[in-house]
Amino acid sequence: MAYLAHFRVWRGDSDKGDLVDYAIEVNEGEVVLDVIHRLQATDAPDLAVRWNCKAGKCGSCSAEINGRPRLMCMTRMSTFTETEIVTVTPMRTFPVIRDLVTDVSYNYEKAREIPAFAPPEGVAPGEYRMQQVDVERSQEFRKCIECFLCNNTCHVLRDHEENKKSFAGPRFLMRIAELEMHPLDAADRVPAAQDEHGLGFCNITKCCTEVCPEGIHITDNALIPMKERVADRKYDPLTMLFRRKK
Amino acid sequence: MTEVERHAYDVLVIGAGGAGLRAAIEARQQGMRVAVICKSLFGKAHTVMAEGGCAASMGNANANDNWQVHFRDTMRGGKFLNNWRMAELHAKEAPDRVWELETYGALFDRTADGKISQRNFGGHTYPRLAHVGDRTGLELIRTMQQKIVSLQQDDHKATGDYEANLKVYAECTVTDLLKDNENRIAGAFAYWRESGRFVVFEAPAVILATGGIGKSFKVTSNSWEYTGDGHALALRAGGRLINMEFVQFHPTGMVWPPSVKGILVTEGVRGDGGVLKNSEGKRFMFDYIPEVFKGQYADNEEEADRWYTDPDNNRRTPDLLPRDEVARAINSEVKAGRGSPHGGVFLDIASRKSAEEIQRRLPSMYHQFKELADVDITAEPMEVGPTCHYVMGGVEVDPDTEAAVGVSGLFAAGEVAGGMHGSNRLGGNSLSDLLVFGRRAGAGAAEYVQGLGDARPAVTEADVDTASASAVKPFNGSDADAVENPYTVHHDLQQMMNDLVGIIRREGEVAEAVAKLTELKARAAKVVVEGHRQFNPGWHLAIDLRNMLLVSECVAKAALERTESRGGHTREDHPRMEATWRKQLLVCSYDSAADGDGIHLAHEDQVPMREDLMALFEYDELEKYFTPGEIVEHPGKKD
Repeated sequence: MAYLAHFRVWRGDSDKGDLVDYAIEVNEGEVVLDVIHRLQATDAPDLAVRWNCKAGKCGSCSAEINGRPRLMCMTRMSTFTETEIVTVTPMRTFPVIRDLVTDVSYNYEKAREIPAFAPPEGVAPGEYRMQQVDVERSQEFRKCIECFLCNNTCHVLRDHEENKKSFAGPRFLMRIAELEMHPLDAADRVPAAQDEHGLGFCNITKCCTEVCPEGIHITDNALIPMKERVADRKYDPLTMLFRRKK
Repeated sequence: MTEVERHAYDVLVIGAGGAGLRAAIEARQQGMRVAVICKSLFGKAHTVMAEGGCAASMGNANANDNWQVHFRDTMRGGKFLNNWRMAELHAKEAPDRVWELETYGALFDRTADGKISQRNFGGHTYPRLAHVGDRTGLELIRTMQQKIVSLQQDDHKATGDYEANLKVYAECTVTDLLKDNENRIAGAFAYWRESGRFVVFEAPAVILATGGIGKSFKVTSNSWEYTGDGHALALRAGGRLINMEFVQFHPTGMVWPPSVKGILVTEGVRGDGGVLKNSEGKRFMFDYIPEVFKGQYADNEEEADRWYTDPDNNRRTPDLLPRDEVARAINSEVKAGRGSPHGGVFLDIASRKSAEEIQRRLPSMYHQFKELADVDITAEPMEVGPTCHYVMGGVEVDPDTEAAVGVSGLFAAGEVAGGMHGSNRLGGNSLSDLLVFGRRAGAGAAEYVQGLGDARPAVTEADVDTASASAVKPFNGSDADAVENPYTVHHDLQQMMNDLVGIIRREGEVAEAVAKLTELKARAAKVVVEGHRQFNPGWHLAIDLRNMLLVSECVAKAALERTESRGGHTREDHPRMEATWRKQLLVCSYDSAADGDGIHLAHEDQVPMREDLMALFEYDELEKYFTPGEIVEHPGKKD
């Protein structure tokens, strides 16, 4: 069952780098991350790669495999033919640190800019009551493993470094939607989504949804409903009237 | 003198899993300036892999549940070797810790009346596990990560700096703890994984929250981070480890394909109705109900199946016996030639629940098998077998404050701490352990630091130089001719521990393991790594390897010494559980000089259980575990 695969892995750092070719053994049932680990143990002991759980739960091993943003631990070698060249490159949207490891600090900065859950006043711990059907909407978004593949693939960020300042990306716009749809969150999330976190940049091409390894319907269930709430607020003649009166 | 980056804090938390984050939150809320140091990115810690749930006797699913029942279940699961005070605190405080998470924004699955839903799990009398599908650990990590962010937002409002009082140092590895000359913690020495540069943290209190040791074994559900760092740091700093012979092999890990062997299959599959079968299609667990649990579990399929819908009038299925029992049973079935094609047994939920229900309640499991093994668990059974999952042993601590015995200013919480789970942990008791003792460690450290006043221990420059020299040693090459590759030494260690100190142990094999560890240590000393210090995984492994070897030595030496079988320690040559051994803990300490640079093992008596806790059990049950002299005062004793 074992065969020799042709891997092409990006090696380098923030200054320079190049694709390097390797012929490396592949066994039945393996995923791309297994092959990367074998490279480390044999031909390339200092090949830098992030990984933790190797079970699709932590979102550490994000990369681009044959140009497609994916988790290396969830990409089975059986999806390639034995003669196909498998090219592994780091996520393109974030600065390279070394080899397949990128600087994802942008994501942590954005996370900090979203105001936290606002607990309802006067409800003691243990007294929270919510219906399953109501928590399910936010629960879908809380499945997010923060692999940042959605932010990596989003064209607003991917080719536009300048947008990083004003655009939180699908991951954190979804976080706003999650809080907005939380049955007991006491804060109003709608105006800031548009004015501070760049919801308007999103033109719902659904690239984020396509690459999400958790299958979260980011565009349909988070971004579009948030856009609708913004539109209701901004362009509803009645609320416009009330706002003017103030 | 080594010129290095330096930072000063009140409390240093090593590890950003559930215990570390909960400790950091508590210490910060008590006014401390806190740093959290973690090997991975923030939010990736091993806790994300916890699936089934968090045990807390909230009584939402069955109103008969309370802390006393939870306490009893925990002690039974650990075969009464547990530190009873920790088990008591854990059972009493777990509900408050879970409810508190809701105020941070957590969204657990709900009951029909809107409360937190609770599910059945092995060894728990009632449905007790708060859960979110089968991704409960992710919910805990994300909730506490977001709570940390919210505390940082508060600081930003007050000072203009998010990181004024609470900062996460991600992808940073601690290699040594630093002490002053009065045996007090003074800080820690670390390197940035990204740049390889060194950094010194000066702090009078250090909380170890580094998790477990599973990466010393070949087949494991643990991630690369589980290299026993906290265990080894505590040992080298003069702390003590207890119960290291007790290693939990989770009964259900994936067995095929080879590259995913060991990945966890949640106990929730069985909690939700899944059953274990051998190659003959027989539900074999009915043949493996041990003497101490007879009467508490159904002895026929009909009663077991009725129990799911009518738990008050039927006994639970033996598929949900504690993990040690189920793992041994699977091992026996495979050995007897009744295993599945790839050397496991079958776990069948497909024939017992609808496809929709399986996908709703166990989405990660569905996904995991579909993606990694091409198996549709709604249509066919899974193949499963034991996998190294958890270490019960760890740093000996004061049960109330989590202060480590033997070193002032050192604390430990979560998997790295020992005692709470005795010889075997119940599923679901880990997430609650993290919350209860994470919080207590944060409070304990804050109290200790406040008690110090201005008289803070100082880091000595000589120690910084020593730590620095030790960390770069793998680059320097070896005098010897034979040079070792860290990956090869690690591979050989894992294979050896799996083969010789695994789920079933024999005297000759464990003795061989102790001898082989000496050889492996000699080989590890000759490890040379290529390249430079910037994000170099070979170098990182070389450093982690020292910790794995030290901790493996503890496991092997304690396993050789304990001549009985109990919980996560099964000796084929001593198959019985002995009451005289229940009274004994094995304590590991590190002796760099006298004992040939190795682990010293000693016996320690258990503290007798408080009378009111003893009275929670029937005399007849205690008789199975205790020596007659220990229970002579029990009110139920028949004359």
